[in-house]
Amino acid sequence: MSASTASKTEGINEKLLRIQGIREQRLLLSLATPAVLAIVAIIVIPVGWLFYLSFTGSNGHLSLENYQRMIEYKSYARVFVTTFQVSILTTLICILIGYPLAYFLAMLPQRLAGFFMLAVLLPFWTSLLVRTYAWLVLLQKNGILNDFAMSVGLWDTPVKLVHNLTGTLIGMAHIMLPFLVLPLYGSMRKIQRDLMHAAANLGASPVQSFWKIYFPLSMSGMVAGSLIVFVLCLGFYVTPAVLGGGRVVMVATQITAILENQYNWGAASALGVVLLIATLVILYAATKLMKLDAALFGKH
Amino acid sequence: MSSHPDSESSGASTALPIHIQGLTKKYGQMFALDSVDLEVKSGEFLTLLGPSGSGKTTLLMAIAGFNRPDAGSIRFGETEVILTPPHQRNVGMVFQSYALFPHMSVAENIAFPLKLRGIAAAETAQRVEAALTTVQLDGLGDRDIEQLSGGQRQRVALARAFVFRPRILLMDEPLSALDKKLREQMQIELKHLHEQLGVTTVYVTHDQREALTMSDRIVVINHGKLTQIDTPHNIYNHPANAFVADFIGESTMLPLEHDGSGKLFFQDHLVETDFKTDAARNWSLVIRPERLFMADKKAVDSEKAIVFSGVVRDFVFQGETAFALMSINDKYDLAFRFGTDSSSSQNILQAGDQVSLGLNRSDVIIIPQGDDS
Repeated sequence: MSASTASKTEGINEKLLRIQGIREQRLLLSLATPAVLAIVAIIVIPVGWLFYLSFTGSNGHLSLENYQRMIEYKSYARVFVTTFQVSILTTLICILIGYPLAYFLAMLPQRLAGFFMLAVLLPFWTSLLVRTYAWLVLLQKNGILNDFAMSVGLWDTPVKLVHNLTGTLIGMAHIMLPFLVLPLYGSMRKIQRDLMHAAANLGASPVQSFWKIYFPLSMSGMVAGSLIVFVLCLGFYVTPAVLGGGRVVMVATQITAILENQYNWGAASALGVVLLIATLVILYAATKLMKLDAALFGKH
Repeated sequence: MSSHPDSESSGASTALPIHIQGLTKKYGQMFALDSVDLEVKSGEFLTLLGPSGSGKTTLLMAIAGFNRPDAGSIRFGETEVILTPPHQRNVGMVFQSYALFPHMSVAENIAFPLKLRGIAAAETAQRVEAALTTVQLDGLGDRDIEQLSGGQRQRVALARAFVFRPRILLMDEPLSALDKKLREQMQIELKHLHEQLGVTTVYVTHDQREALTMSDRIVVINHGKLTQIDTPHNIYNHPANAFVADFIGESTMLPLEHDGSGKLFFQDHLVETDFKTDAARNWSLVIRPERLFMADKKAVDSEKAIVFSGVVRDFVFQGETAFALMSINDKYDLAFRFGTDSSSSQNILQAGDQVSLGLNRSDVIIIPQGDDS
């Protein structure tokens, strides 16, 4: 109360202190400049260029022909369906494998968890290409997996595990797994062990404790991880190209094909734009859904 | 807490005694619990008091079923529960961290144990309301846990622990996260709540004042062993050994000499004339600082009181009391605490002053030296 009445006259050093405050703010802003410039150079300008190209017809004038073609030809629709199908399946496989894995890691003592986390992360640090070709070696007709399965009598003739959807999903799930496990593990670590004790103490069996307490509290990490995996899958190129063997055509593969075969920048850009917008719409919808989650499960 | 006439007091939950025998828990080579025997009477408020690492929390967790002892028996009434998983033990528990479910509202948290027991929605709602009233949180059922203050969370944790009418209630340092004023207020409220519910309560704390305030009986625990079990009054006035005397309340310990004929001396002060116990042991005189009084050496009847003389070494004013250390022959420091009324000359003690302090013989406490007895 007394402070507000004294505001008429200028206090001791008031002006100097204000100037110092402004100076500090400017310094902070100037620190962010390189990053802002980089984003403009690497993202804003190229994406703008992408938009521009997609609206440029083969005669060099403004045109919607690139988008019209996408609606007219069924093959484009198929590409998008495949892309979403592969992305959704990969995400589901990652959840099925990743949730128990993250749970296991979260239950371990911190130091042991660090060691196992290294095992999860190690492949993450090797080249994507190397890992993809490694799967090719493992999964091909005369590959290690088929040889082993036939030698122990699981199946008699080689099973086609690669150059199809199966191979693509195996490879992609493997590469995407850490992206799900890391945020999931993070949210699981934050769940206090006391909460599980409290649930048990109040009469919840281990299964009830898990579904009523643990699972809802791990949702935030799972939603975040699933989104990352899903969005990364949408634009994935190398693994579907190599392990799909041309039979699993996703948007990124299609873009390359158009550029290599037709050298049509307009058509390629239009595909990129549609994928970008679809991704943004999904992200937006997902954050809305997360809000719904927050209402259902609390703000965690 | 308010004496709301809810169904808690209708006698639906009768308290159960707890019988603990030979309970042992080892971590590596260290005994967290060393063959503990303990009888918790039906309906009593029993406090496990000890320093950190003494085993008090291990004991509580064993009762709740969260750790598996290496040996021993725990019975609730006549039922052996040593092998019963925690979710079937049906004991209420208040956790130090409160352990409220962050994704549920206040009411949902309190309803959780009722839903698990298949209690109908209408009765659940009614009992949640009653529990909220008991802990003075009426109308806050829809709040998120994050919106609550520490004190309110504490009350929600409490309501959740007794709403399903357990016959045993466990509390693990439930007030340690609260500030001093709120903690002292909650101590009284918890005591009233206990009287209202009549449930057998085992309370863990390292705060001796809290233990003295709330308990029917206190168990002093150290190095996994029960050192003394008694009422707050007896624990304070008749500590069993040096550990208890030191841990509970303030005290000065002075070594005593035995003259072989039943007389105990501190220097040239005759402390005890007819001491019958084991002469081979060494004994200490325990003096509570507040039991000392300023004395005129000549005016005191030596039959009734012992008078120590010395020099004031330190004097601090602490509000409701003042605290001084009196040095006896530069060898022993005698702690001395007195009230601070405005008229008293006691307020103006200074370092270097010569003083005489009297101790009534009825306030003499003699304990064996060493922590174990």
